[in-house]
This record gives sequence, structure tokens and C-alpha cells, in this order.
Amino acid sequence: MIIRTTLKAALLGASLIAIAATGAQAKTLVYCSEGSPEGFDAALYTSGTTFDASSKAIYNRLVEFKPGTTEVIPGLAESWTVSDDGLEYTFNLRKGVKFHKTDYFTPSRDFNADDVIFSFERQGKKDHSWNAYTEGASWEYFDGMSLPTLIKEIVKVDDNTVKFVLTRQEAPMLANLAMDFASIVSAEYADQLDKAGTKANLNQQPVGTGPFSFVGYQKDAVIRYAANQDYWGGKQPVDNLVFAITPDAAVRLQKLKAGECHVMPYPAPADIAAIKTDPNLQIMEQQGLNVGYLAYNSTQAPFDNPKVRKALNMAINKDAILYAVFQGSGQAATNPIPPTMWSYNTQIKDDAYDPEASKKMLEEAGVKDLSMKVWAMPVQRPYNPNARRMAELIQADFEKVGVKVEIVSYEWGEYLKRSSAKDRDGAVLLGWTGDNGDPDNFLAVLLGCDAVGGSNRAQWCNDEFEALVQKAKVVTDKAERTKLYEQAQVVFKDQAPWATIAHSVVFMPMSKKVSGYVMNPLGGHSFEGVDIAE
Amino acid sequence: MFRFLLGRLGLLIPTFLGVTLVAFSFIRLLPGDPLELLAGERGIAPERKAELMRQMGLDLPWWEQYLVYLGKIFQGDLGTSFSSKKPVLDEFLQLFPATVELAVCAILIAVAIGIPLGILAAVKRGSFIDQTVMGTALIGYSMPIFWWGLLLIILFSGILQWTPVSGRISLMYFFPQVTGFMLIDSLLSGEKGAFLSAVRHLILPSIVLATIPLAVIARQTRSAMLEVLGEDYVRTARAKGLPPHRIIGLHALRNALIPVITTIGLQVGVLLAGAILTETIFSWPGIGKWLVDSISRRDYFVVQGGLLLIAGIIMLVNLIVDILYGLVNPRIRHN
Repeated sequence: MIIRTTLKAALLGASLIAIAATGAQAKTLVYCSEGSPEGFDAALYTSGTTFDASSKAIYNRLVEFKPGTTEVIPGLAESWTVSDDGLEYTFNLRKGVKFHKTDYFTPSRDFNADDVIFSFERQGKKDHSWNAYTEGASWEYFDGMSLPTLIKEIVKVDDNTVKFVLTRQEAPMLANLAMDFASIVSAEYADQLDKAGTKANLNQQPVGTGPFSFVGYQKDAVIRYAANQDYWGGKQPVDNLVFAITPDAAVRLQKLKAGECHVMPYPAPADIAAIKTDPNLQIMEQQGLNVGYLAYNSTQAPFDNPKVRKALNMAINKDAILYAVFQGSGQAATNPIPPTMWSYNTQIKDDAYDPEASKKMLEEAGVKDLSMKVWAMPVQRPYNPNARRMAELIQADFEKVGVKVEIVSYEWGEYLKRSSAKDRDGAVLLGWTGDNGDPDNFLAVLLGCDAVGGSNRAQWCNDEFEALVQKAKVVTDKAERTKLYEQAQVVFKDQAPWATIAHSVVFMPMSKKVSGYVMNPLGGHSFEGVDIAE
Repeated sequence: MFRFLLGRLGLLIPTFLGVTLVAFSFIRLLPGDPLELLAGERGIAPERKAELMRQMGLDLPWWEQYLVYLGKIFQGDLGTSFSSKKPVLDEFLQLFPATVELAVCAILIAVAIGIPLGILAAVKRGSFIDQTVMGTALIGYSMPIFWWGLLLIILFSGILQWTPVSGRISLMYFFPQVTGFMLIDSLLSGEKGAFLSAVRHLILPSIVLATIPLAVIARQTRSAMLEVLGEDYVRTARAKGLPPHRIIGLHALRNALIPVITTIGLQVGVLLAGAILTETIFSWPGIGKWLVDSISRRDYFVVQGGLLLIAGIIMLVNLIVDILYGLVNPRIRHN
């Protein structure tokens, strides 16, 4: 069965590509992706690699992030209204949107409210027949963004109108709906699979409304897509899109140079200078929507004293870290949110590097002969390419102000678990990459009182900060929210639960033949509207 | 012979059970659990984690989990991957041909070059040739695979542009996977140039993967040959006035091959281990990379199933090697 379906998909792909190839100017864009997708039903997963291959290429959402920004714009919903109490979001759906016609599915109707309801209810309702359609199915983001308790019900007003009723006000709701897990899948296709007894295919042979339709996937090797000829957003400049899965960064670069692919993500920092001088290549760069930090345990002495935390922050030489750890692909962090995010408070000045003043402040706070642990992550993350090295630099910095540091590390899963513990000792190196471009996704998730013992590694619960962030969650006016978040950042900087270390810069090398690529501040890779010269 | 086979097969059962236990405990002994890793920085609520653990059967005592697992194995069910949500066996079968294709090419290269080099070094013992061959073999044996692979890519694909950088076939070709072996499938596809493209894609990864086995085989052949060349029957053959090529080819080599065959058999394990790096460098969609990724994700069933299948294959290869002994040398025919 599997062989037969793979064969069918492959044959379809071959025919599609053959059709495209017979055209006068069939264009194929090849993307050297960094890894294999776990599946093609984006709602089941959390990794960016999977989203690139599934939601970004194949699907749309009710609302989308405007390319290159975190601004929410209409997607499959043409417009929307929010009730005065902020509890009802009514979406007017776009008409005439077609789901992909593939070898395994021919839609008989256009996209409508049933698809929206199906896409969300399967994630939220435990008794839904698609809630556990594949073994081990779990809706990580839907649960992670607290949507099961937030969404009271989703009502079909008519075929082209859907109403989300919430249990409480939640200003980031729209941004949540633009996230990958909120991709709209076809209810009609799901019915077809259900009848055929092949539900798991929803995750293997996807059908969406997006710019590219799925053609075939050869595990760990190649994913093929064809441009969606009926795409509501307009015809794509290329005919085919291919993901050539290439896990090693050096090999990706060689493939790019040899013309075996046109775009690659995540170059090795050491290669960036050479890429910039290559006459056949161009490189785009953007500040990543992330932050790397060192979180003190604010419930334990002497780190329960803001003065001590502040003094230690002043002992850290961030320039040295940017040079040695980020190799130039980073920017010193002042606030807990990145500068590209709205409401970033530009008025706040970072604590200057001043070991002498730091030493004095520690003395004033009565701290003598302090020994502490600094936790170094065992893995490389976008916000921290080398935590061990960073910890060593911090160790040296702290020694200069008379603080002895022991560096500790654990296996990654263990690290995440142990560092969350309320009674954890010392300071933890960690970071965060934004999910939806909303400041709430940083400030409440990482520093809110509810997150103590979880993702709030500083175990910091400050009444003033909490009140501001909670208020910003229920106010829908963006200008007012901005003010509240700006104020929250002032409180944060004053209280210093973290040493904010850096925001990384993300690079995207590509062939000079490629045009129209827009970097996504949220980190994903979308090829909608990308062209390649002959 | 039949009784010997039966005895060997009988021995395989406890070995196989041992492997299931080792594979099962190994991945669980590693700190960190799959759900924490899956959740990443976001973390996972304890109640949600407990629910998922229950769903996956990970909340049972370890011995009960093992018995459930063992029961499923005998029904041909190796479990489902946490990450892809696909059956482990399906994934393995999809990826395994790529690994086999690469390993077979590598071992062919290693044998075809390693044995003649070993013979040459033995015959010219102490000469410049011997020293060069053995010196090169030592370098080959200690070669860091990742660096070596990248070096070859930069030279042959980057600078000289003789071979493609990575992958199994040019992206131009897209045909049904009938056998999973690209060399065969490309021939079956009938597409012009496809076979040649598949061959060109195989060259560098095969050379890289063959490097260590080649060195080992060359050294083993040399020492086995030296031993045999000192035997009485070789001296007798010489005294009879047989031409050197007959002495080496007929009398010495046949006897020297016995330990070499053992070495080649043992290299299968090395090839599968080496495949992990080679597959990563050359974006080769095989089981090596699949297993490593699964270990770092703590994808229990993939690691257990993958190790079990690989161990099964290695055991089978060793059995075949044992049988081959008898064929090569009648003195150890199994009675």
C-alpha cells in the first residue's frame, strides 16, 4: 500500500514536472534545507524545519504575517471584527479559494467555514474523531498557547463567516492565528481519508490552499512541490519548488556554490565573510526575533537582591562575547525583547560594562567571597551558538569582581527540566525565539508569575511588571499596549532578573539569480513570490 | 553442515533477545526524556506530560514496557516514531536500501584495492612499496571521516567540479522508487543519463566510507600473507619450481584469505557506524543519520527498532562469513 501510494505520488510528480519541463521556461527553485520535516501536518509539530516544508509552502491561515514583518494581515479571512468586550472574533472568509488538486484528492468545493472549524476543533476537542488520528498525535502549539482554555467555541455563522468565542480577553489572539499550527486543512479531504481508512495520510500527503502543492517526499532526501496554478494570492514566478535536504552547513554552501541549489539557510558563521565576497552569491541578513540571557534565581540569596543582580550584569563584557561567541553575527541585548519587535523601548540604556563599579556595588550589598554556578546549555541555539564558551567568558568576567564560578551542564532535556526548578541554584544560560511577534510571547511567557517553575527561569514574580503585562494582554488598542510594554521593560531593567546577553543576526545566502526573497523575522522560510533568473 | 547451521541459528535467539534488552535499556539509561526535548524552551506542563506518557505507554514500570515491547516485536511491530508518527519498520525499509547501496560500493572498493595492496606489500616486504602502502594504510585508518569527506567535496566538487556535492541523484531526475536502490531504479526508469548521475553521486561517499575498511583489509591481508608465505607448503611449492604468481595466487592467497574474510565480515559493523558520518556529509538518506537523530531526540522506538534491525543484519552477515570459511578452506568444513 505504502509502495503503491509512494509510486502514485512519484508518478504524479514526474508527470507534473514533465509538464512543467515541456513548457518554454519551466523554472525550478532549489532550496537546500537543513533537515527533514517530521511530517506535513504543521499543527502536530513545533520545529521550524517542519513548518518550512509544510505550513509555509502548502498552507494558509485565516490571517498571515505580512512578509518581512510581524504585522498581521488578511489571509484566508478577508477581514475581521472584534467585539467591544474583546471576547468575540468574527472572520469574513475569502471566497473562491481552491484547495490543491492532486493525484490523491480532487476538491469538489471551495474553502469555507467547515474547513476552519475542522482545522481547530480537531486540535482542541478531545472527543473529536481527528484528535488522535495518528499514533502519538499531540497538538503542541495549540496546547502551548493555552488555546484549549481560551477558545470557548468556534461558531459557523454561515459558509463564509466564522466566529471565535473566547473565555477571556486575549490581545495576542490574532497573532496566534497567524502561527503555523493554525494552518487551515481541508475538511473534505479529511472526510475522504476517513472513508478510505487512511487518516494518517493527512500528515503524509497534505492538501492546502497555499502557493505550492505537494508532489512527493523521499525521506531525508528531497521534497518536491509544484506551483499552485489556482492560488488566490496569484501565480508563482517559479513552476517547481524543491527542498534538497542537506544537514551539514559546509556542504550546503558547497552545493550553493556549485549551483546545485539556489538558497540555503543557516550558514556557518565562519563562512559568512567568504560568501560576501563570492561574485555569484548574495547574502541577506536580519536581526533574529530572539534573545539569549543569563537568568539568576531571584528567589535565592544573594540573587534575591536586585542590586547584586545588577552588579553582576555590569561585570559581563558583552563585546567580548559578541566577538568570541557570535563572531560578529550578534547584537548586544538591552531589553528582554528584540529591537525588531514592536514596543521595544529604545529609551532604556544598557548597564555599562564596569568591573570596578560592579565590585563596589557587590561590596555595598554585603556580598563577599561569592561562589555560584553558571549553567551552560549543551546545544547550539540561534540565540546562543556556543553556551560553553559564553559561560567561560562570564566565568572570567565574574572572577574579576571576586565571584567564583563553577560551570555546570546537563543533557539538553535534563537541562531544560532542571533549570525550571524553583530551588535551582545559580544562574542559567538560555534564550527564546519568538513564536508570533507579540511582546506577550516574550514578557509573559518568560517573566510572568504564571511561568515561575516553568519557562520563567529567573523564578521572578514582580507585582508591578505582572500588572503591566496582564493589562496589556486584555487591551486591544496597540498604542496603549505599546505603552504598557515599554513601561514593563523599564521595570525589568531596573530589577534585572536576567543579564540580557544578545540577539543573534540571521543570515541567508543565495544565488544572485534569486530575486523576491523576503526574510521572515520569525525565522521561517517561505518561497511565495520568489523568482529565479534563467 | 545442516546441524552446524541449526546450532548457529539456535545461538542467534539468545543473542537477539540480548540485543533487544540492550537496545531497550541503552536509550532509557540516557538522561533526558523525549517529551522534555520535544517541548524545548517552552517546557511542558506536568499534567500534560503525564497524559502523553500514558498515551505512549511510558508510564508503566520498565520491565512491563520491555515485555510489551518484546510481545510486539514477535508480532512484527517495532513501534511508531515519536517525531514522524510513522511505523519504525516502514521508515527503516525506506532508508535501508540507500545505506546498503553505499556500503556495498564501499566494501567493493575496499576489497578490490585493499587485498591487492596487501599482497603487494607482503610480497615486497620491507621495500619502499611496502612502507608506502602500510604508511598510507595507517593514515587511512586514522582519517577523521568528516574532515576527509569535506576535503574531497571541496576538491572534486567545488574546485574541479568532477562530481556532484551531495545527494543520490541529480534533482532533474524524478522517477518512482521501485527497489530503493538508486543504481537499479535509475536503470529501470529508462531516463537518459539517470544511471550515470547515480554513479557520479556514489563516487565520493563510497570512497570516504571505504577509506577505513580499505586500510584495515590491506593491513590484514599483508600480515596474513606474510604468515602463509613462511609456511612449509609454500616453500615446497617454490622448491617444485612453480611460478611466483601461482604460488601467491593459488597456494598462499587462498589460505591467507580466511582471516581477511573475517575482517571483511567485521567491517560490516564498521561500515554501518561510518555511514552515520558519511550519510550526514553527503546528505545520503540512509539509516545512519536517521538513528543518530533519533538518539538525540530520544525517539525510543526508532532507536530500539533501528538497533535491533542492524544487529540482526550484522548477525546474519557473521553467519554467512562462518559458512564461507568452509567454502574457502576445506580444513574447517563443519561436520
